[in-house]
Amino acid sequence: MSIAVKVPTILRTYTGGSAEVTVAGATLADAIADLDAQFPGIGARVLDEDGKLRRFVNVYVNDDDVRFLEDLQTPTPDGTSVSIIPAVAGG
Amino acid sequence: MTAQVPTQTAAALGAARALTCRECGADYPLDASYACMECFGPLEVSYEPSLVTRDEIESGPPSMWRYEALLPVTAGAGSRPGLQPGFTKLVRADNLAAALGARAVWVKDDSGNPTHSFKDRVVAVALENARRLGYDTIACASTGNLANAVAAAAARAGLKSVVFVPSNLEAGKIVTTAVYGGTLVAIDGNYDDVNRLCSEIAANRDWGFVNVNLRPYYAEGSKTVGFEIAEQLGWRLPDAYVSPVASGSLLTKVDKAFKEFVRQGLVEDRAYQVFGAQATGCSPVSEAFREGRDIIRPVKPDTIAKSLAIGNPADGPYALDSVRRTGGAIADVSDQEVVEGIELLARTEGIFAETAGGVVVATYRKLLKEGLIDPSAEVVLLNTGDGLKTLDAVAPTSQPTFTISPSYDDFEANYTGDNA
Repeated sequence: MSIAVKVPTILRTYTGGSAEVTVAGATLADAIADLDAQFPGIGARVLDEDGKLRRFVNVYVNDDDVRFLEDLQTPTPDGTSVSIIPAVAGG
Repeated sequence: MTAQVPTQTAAALGAARALTCRECGADYPLDASYACMECFGPLEVSYEPSLVTRDEIESGPPSMWRYEALLPVTAGAGSRPGLQPGFTKLVRADNLAAALGARAVWVKDDSGNPTHSFKDRVVAVALENARRLGYDTIACASTGNLANAVAAAAARAGLKSVVFVPSNLEAGKIVTTAVYGGTLVAIDGNYDDVNRLCSEIAANRDWGFVNVNLRPYYAEGSKTVGFEIAEQLGWRLPDAYVSPVASGSLLTKVDKAFKEFVRQGLVEDRAYQVFGAQATGCSPVSEAFREGRDIIRPVKPDTIAKSLAIGNPADGPYALDSVRRTGGAIADVSDQEVVEGIELLARTEGIFAETAGGVVVATYRKLLKEGLIDPSAEVVLLNTGDGLKTLDAVAPTSQPTFTISPSYDDFEANYTGDNA
């Protein structure tokens, strides 16, 4: 299973500067766990102490905001793209 | 983690000291960044303690730059190429007050800005920082008013502009952006889609996105609405104000402005209430307020108030904080009520507001009806834009009283004297 994750600028220190990395996992939660296994520490930037998505991060699975889907339980089948984007923009 | 803040940068940018995370308090240099590396929280400009006097402000230019000492800009902003926005009228609205059974109502009429909305203020501060940081291109994601302001300011400043808007925007707002030149990109999606795309583009282009990487500076421009209200009331705070809520930034920055004026000793400290107004078709902050939630659940907007159609509002949590701290409220109104609000303001005060202004007037009427705002409170209503930009909203109900041939008899036969 292959999931492409777009990494925002402020997290690229974890990925050695890469803007896109490949992970595996059946759900978004699994994908983030694998992301953290490959790039230790990055998970805690995206998830809070309770393991929920941080208040000021938006995550999109195939261009849909996961809060309109099943949040961390959103399925991420092979070929899915995931984007992590700081929420504090616009207006 | 606290980044080292170079002191020469701080000195060069008025009293601004650093960019500070609103969530975790981490400090960052005054460069083009907007989200905390630690927690993704929003960065906000923080300042060294400094004092400014009423005399210094009153001797400044008749624009928002009279408050430059309280903004993240280098001295002399008013003398550099820009649109010089602000110092718009604060109109005493006695007819509107009488129609609503209220005691004292004012309208802060920001349709009087150069491109006819409050967005000229935020762009002016962003532009100053784009120049400081060496960008030759300014860009934005916009629901329309910001698009106008960025394109016009770039033209005056001799910079390039790239403006991104939803393709279903009002025709008027397309024209009033494109006329200034620059690149206008219409996107088949809603504002939140546009905003997301801009976040991705901003990460890969060396552009000053006014509401992405320059957002901490940009947002400070909205404070000048609050500063002006207090000065124009004769250096005092009102009992309450009603602000439209799109991202929630304006509402929170007017609150911040009042607090800064108190801290500066420019006005007497007193209690005031903050009220927010949304259209029901895009009311994520109002819903969270009603349900007592801290978390804003994003929505897919569907309202004629397109300038407020942000389904995923960045400053929603902070708007809730301001409202709850001051004992205010956030309510929402239907599109029909928005139209009624526009008409009520036009017919009582001769002010033609865009849909966002209609949202504010209609929400104020609703808050009065529901007993959530005291009719004896002195209230300032924020009108953020010009009705000429959103003619479609009122076109169906604003038509000739009657149409006749050029005949005197026809006129006499039709005119009753109180057709209005």
